[in-house]
Amino acid sequence: MDVTFKIRRRNPDVPDRQKPYWQEFTLNEVEPTDRVLELLHRIKWEQDGSLSLRRSCAHGVCGSDAMRINGVNRLACKILVRDLGAKIQVEPILGLPVIKDLIVDMQPFFDHYKQVMPFFVNDEPLPADGRERLQTQSDREQFDDSTKCILCACCTTACPSFWANEQYVGPAAIVQAHRFIFDTRDQAGEQRLDVLGEPNGVWRCRTIFNCTPACPRDIEVTKAIGEVKLAIRKGTTVGIISPDAIH
Amino acid sequence: MQIHKHDAIIIGAGGAGLMAALYASKGGADVAVVSKLYPTRSHTGTAQGGIGAALGNLDDDKPIYHTYDTIKGGDYLTDQHAAKILAENAVDAVIELEHMGLPFDRTSAMRISQRRFGGHTREFGKELVRRACHAADRTGHMILQTLYQQCIKNDVTFFDEFQVVDMIVVDGVCAGVVAIELGTGEFHIFHGKANFFATGGWGRCWSVTSNAHALTGDGAAIALRRGVPLQDMEFFQFHPTGIYRMGILITEGVRGEGGVLINDRGERFMERYAPSAKDLASRDVVSRAIYLETRAGRSIKNRGYVHLDIRPQTVNRYFAEEGKDRSDFIDDATVERKLPDILDFCRTYLGVDPVHEPMPVQPTAHYAMGGIPTNVEAEVVIDAAGTLMPGAFAAGETACVSVHGANRLGTNSLVDLVVFGRRGGLRMADYVKSVDWTDLPKDAGAEIQAEFERIRQGSGKSRPGELRAKMQQTMMDNVGVFRTQETLQQGMNDLAELRERFYNDLHIDDKSRVFNTDLMEAWELGCLLDLADVTARAASERKESRGAHSREDHQQRDDENYLAHSLAQHDGNWAAPSIQTSFDKKVDLSLWEAEIAQGIAEDQQKFRPKERVY
Repeated sequence: MDVTFKIRRRNPDVPDRQKPYWQEFTLNEVEPTDRVLELLHRIKWEQDGSLSLRRSCAHGVCGSDAMRINGVNRLACKILVRDLGAKIQVEPILGLPVIKDLIVDMQPFFDHYKQVMPFFVNDEPLPADGRERLQTQSDREQFDDSTKCILCACCTTACPSFWANEQYVGPAAIVQAHRFIFDTRDQAGEQRLDVLGEPNGVWRCRTIFNCTPACPRDIEVTKAIGEVKLAIRKGTTVGIISPDAIH
Repeated sequence: MQIHKHDAIIIGAGGAGLMAALYASKGGADVAVVSKLYPTRSHTGTAQGGIGAALGNLDDDKPIYHTYDTIKGGDYLTDQHAAKILAENAVDAVIELEHMGLPFDRTSAMRISQRRFGGHTREFGKELVRRACHAADRTGHMILQTLYQQCIKNDVTFFDEFQVVDMIVVDGVCAGVVAIELGTGEFHIFHGKANFFATGGWGRCWSVTSNAHALTGDGAAIALRRGVPLQDMEFFQFHPTGIYRMGILITEGVRGEGGVLINDRGERFMERYAPSAKDLASRDVVSRAIYLETRAGRSIKNRGYVHLDIRPQTVNRYFAEEGKDRSDFIDDATVERKLPDILDFCRTYLGVDPVHEPMPVQPTAHYAMGGIPTNVEAEVVIDAAGTLMPGAFAAGETACVSVHGANRLGTNSLVDLVVFGRRGGLRMADYVKSVDWTDLPKDAGAEIQAEFERIRQGSGKSRPGELRAKMQQTMMDNVGVFRTQETLQQGMNDLAELRERFYNDLHIDDKSRVFNTDLMEAWELGCLLDLADVTARAASERKESRGAHSREDHQQRDDENYLAHSLAQHDGNWAAPSIQTSFDKKVDLSLWEAEIAQGIAEDQQKFRPKERVY
């Protein structure tokens, strides 16, 4: 099949290309099972080498190639032509400054990530036998969903609250905090809940649910945010996640 | 050119780089991590099934069994002393990862859960052992995330999206590296006492690969051009189970959970090739078996792929035949819980649900056993005698310690990263305290800047994309799982022609500075061409079959002539290099030698190179 691409572009380095513009490309002999990333590569490698994007693993694990494809945030390597049809529109993700073509400035995103103390904290003495800390599998599964996050920014840049207020930490940072808040081995949950209880923390979330379908890892993002909200309200992380929700 | 001065410069932010950064900074060194990707994009994150360590949480296990499996898996090209360190340090390293918060799955006794993996046995091959410590089927993702998190906690300095393109060698000492800031196109110099290469592999030399687009072997190519020989480059692992045509990896953990390979006649063909370990024989053995089934006309629909079947009814049928207890049987929920990412890949890319249908798989270019030679402290070695290049360090896939020998065992790549990343980090912390700064030459960076201008200004007719595709095809056809002198010669001829076009007939479209990925991809192609060429040359010089290197015109292993590491040396001429390959570097056989010294009878010696049977 033939597929027409309409791509939002800009190049700050070329005088008449600094303002964003649309450009169309047509590709022949496209298979329905082709990934959008492969087709963007065909454009880059066969037609216009200046088309610029980030990508690496090409199978939805590294989180490099988040873009807005037919109006929805996707990883270009995880969406297939058969799910999109013969007309495909590609833009940079929204809410972060565009640098060149599909490449945005990720710094504000990672700054929010770092705000929530995204690291394990446990200052107690290590087990005397020199072995691992103990944890039950069901305690481990409480936070399984949020461990899947690859920091691609699909959720945060799909969130109208983030578009309206770039100070909002955004769904991805909350998911990262969730991963530690509900880990029974971690001891900094209260500090994270304090950060997320601030005006630019979880309460900016208006449960619009854009984040959940945007997640290429199928994390229930809105649910995770809800669990953090509940933990702040109740002042505890115990009993928030019902055992039924765990496999 | 901006100059940044740090005690230790870490190049690459995957598992080895981050581990080295953490331990070098904990040891008091001022560390900077320079990476062409954001750290969490690194390819360590795609590792699936597990990290091997003889914790013995589910089965009796000891590091010495892990050592034995690693040596046998490597077809006795593995350096035995290094393998022993790998297996012993693995236990501490995995426990430390857990202490850093890594969310491993748990046993009913609340300990780290472990699963079976190819070639991992207890009591020197007696039976398969549960050794691979796992976090669902995204163990690498968890390792990468955990290490990055710890680096943030410890305030490690990062230069994200800075791509290292050259190393600065002054009178035989590595004094720093040259990098391009991708966002601006500007060159920067990183002046370091210790410079640690952790840049990963070069699977993008082949057309069907599990490797990320970023895996272009930059570090190994840079070192080669600056006088470091590359070791054992002929050994490149093809993982048996890549998704048909796409190459995306399907973890060996699928077979570890009971999955089986099936040909077009419905036969579990691995029973014929490896009667004992069957589907969990080492990867080289299984990949060859798939090719042989294909040649015999028994691939599915005769299209060069076979089925990987994890459907509970199939798995349980074979479990019953093997006399396994019913409590080991699996159901749909087990598959969903233990292999969620694999199910997601198959459903997304193939429209196949592995719970109900088998997966179409073929061997996929996966892992470089060879690379920058190092000792067990991750210090770069530049000749057969073990001479060091002061200031240069390497670990992970880009390095060759050598713990993987001629064929790496599953899970041992993650073990390699954390063990030798940590050792290298600690060694660097000491090293930087013991040496003075080496002054930079006045023209540091000039040569590589000129090379980039050449690529940017090229006015030829060849696009990098076309040359890359041709290189990948000839490597797949001629320097793949099976090789002969004829195919290798064809590969070398094709590569010579492609190099000629790369240096004399190239053009790129993008002449701008900001995020010029056209330019960077072209330069990376040059790295791939160099590494492909060295691979083909070393393969043509090694006239035997060993591990992943399978010569149809020399089918036997030849310990008399080739129980040695190859070293390929580049003469420094970038456009038209002459490469010399030697086999003077002996394999470390110290565990076997100790057995001989103890007077252990030959048939009782565990570490004597013998025929590999699975």
